[in-house]
Amino acid sequence: MTSLLDHPSRGETIGYSFSQPTAAPLRQHGFYPYTDNGGSTLGITGSDFAILAGDTRSTSGYNINSRMVPKVFKIGGDDETGEGAHIILSVVGFAADGNALKERLDAVVRMYKYQHGKSMSVSACAQRLSTILYGKRFFPYYVHAILAGLDEEGKGALYSYDPVGSYEREQCRAAGAAASLIMPFLDNQVNFKNQYIPGSGEGHALEQKKAEPLPQETVKQLVRDAFTSAVERHIEVGDHLQVMIITSNGIEEVFHPLKKD
Amino acid sequence: MDKLVAQYSRPKHQNDFYSEAEQQELTEGMPPLSLKFALPPVDNRAAFLRAMTDDHSNPSCPIKIAHGTTTLAFRFQGGIIVCTDSRATAGNWIASQTVKKVIPVSRLSRGEDKPSKDPTPGLLGTMAGGAADCQYWLRYLSQQCTLHEIRHKRRITVAAASKILANLTYAYKGYGLSMGTMLAGVTPQEGPALYYIDSDGTRLPGNLFCVGSGQTFAYGVLDANYKYDLTEQEALDLGRRAILAAMHRDAYSGGFINCYHVKEEGWVHHGFDDMNPIFWKTKLDRGEFSNVTSEL
Repeated sequence: MTSLLDHPSRGETIGYSFSQPTAAPLRQHGFYPYTDNGGSTLGITGSDFAILAGDTRSTSGYNINSRMVPKVFKIGGDDETGEGAHIILSVVGFAADGNALKERLDAVVRMYKYQHGKSMSVSACAQRLSTILYGKRFFPYYVHAILAGLDEEGKGALYSYDPVGSYEREQCRAAGAAASLIMPFLDNQVNFKNQYIPGSGEGHALEQKKAEPLPQETVKQLVRDAFTSAVERHIEVGDHLQVMIITSNGIEEVFHPLKKD
Repeated sequence: MDKLVAQYSRPKHQNDFYSEAEQQELTEGMPPLSLKFALPPVDNRAAFLRAMTDDHSNPSCPIKIAHGTTTLAFRFQGGIIVCTDSRATAGNWIASQTVKKVIPVSRLSRGEDKPSKDPTPGLLGTMAGGAADCQYWLRYLSQQCTLHEIRHKRRITVAAASKILANLTYAYKGYGLSMGTMLAGVTPQEGPALYYIDSDGTRLPGNLFCVGSGQTFAYGVLDANYKYDLTEQEALDLGRRAILAAMHRDAYSGGFINCYHVKEEGWVHHGFDDMNPIFWKTKLDRGEFSNVTSEL
């Protein structure tokens, strides 16, 4: 008996003990398929335009891997130049997922044109993007997407998404690492939240300032201010600011420098 | 020869009506699910999804999914009132204050709400839990309802529509869906009908439901003041007041009060109003919320 206890491993295989065999239980290696590549995006609409902007820094952890990885894409245009596109998409989060999403939406929008002989409306494209995102409900794209274009009436249209495809049309939206820094600024400056009309009343009767579409120049300045400020206080935002403006004349793309530290 | 030809050729009008496959599709009780969802390459998918997206059990999860919050609906003599708040949260972050949590179901053009005094025919669904789950599956449901309308030349009953949704959530039990939804509608067969459906597969008919993290606060106000004989104006005010109470006490509820009235001819939208002025009006004019001081 004692000799058996000296060799516990044997004892178990023989079956004197009730303990389980010591063979390692089936274990799976941790499956973590996502990286947060940081960065931030921002979209604002006006009465006849929509602006989508994003910084071009790509990080993983505390490393800056690249200073020029654009986050805003033209959808439904020529392969190389993006010529003829009428919708723009920004994706922030995991760049690989974002790229895959962009490729899929681009393919869908172009196939639509071949099949129907007309380009896809922004509202249709918005709903399609929601369905694409939801198609990976159980293995989500790690992205926060914003889609912009002009609606049937020629007004700026902006749709924002969560990672699994819930979406909403909005006037403005910030996404990504610095969303919590930019969004409150936008609430105040675009939707005039917590701004009141001076002299409109005393105390609780004070009247709230009504939001109205802003002119393009004001919006451009707001976008640049939002990003220069975010760069000051967020480590994952910086390097360059990519801005796309969509109007009835097409899409204009500009890059502005941001701080590189 | 003619006999031979007749034997091997099909009757002339065989393909004029629905083909066999089409007929089978038409007579099938449930439509085939559009199940082309990508799945993660792991043993335990539910655990993977929970680790990645469930901010309740894992506050540092990488993917924060937008969640919806206080919704209510009740039957009364004039039809059904549906009221919601408009806040979506992802963890502690308020993702949006302008969510439309009442989703029109069963219309060919489910359109953006253009302000209109005329009732719009169709059902209403509400959104609590995962915003994407509710939006997607109510979209799927309106597709099925529209198909039902085309095939049977009459509108679907609320009982049937709610069962499509309940069968669906039951089929996905354990996959990690999160939704608590109410379906409201008035049909000739049923009159005003209200159903509660959730992601566990529950399906309940009833007179009064509140769903979401603010449900208890809304129930408190609603149960105290609810009567079946409420007038339309009283019913709308009660719905708004219950949502206001929930917005005040539940941190996950807030934003705008969204109100709908479902009648025989269809639903009517009764405003998407900022809660703040309504709150101060309720306090200062009616003396409620006396726990809050009015000093500035």
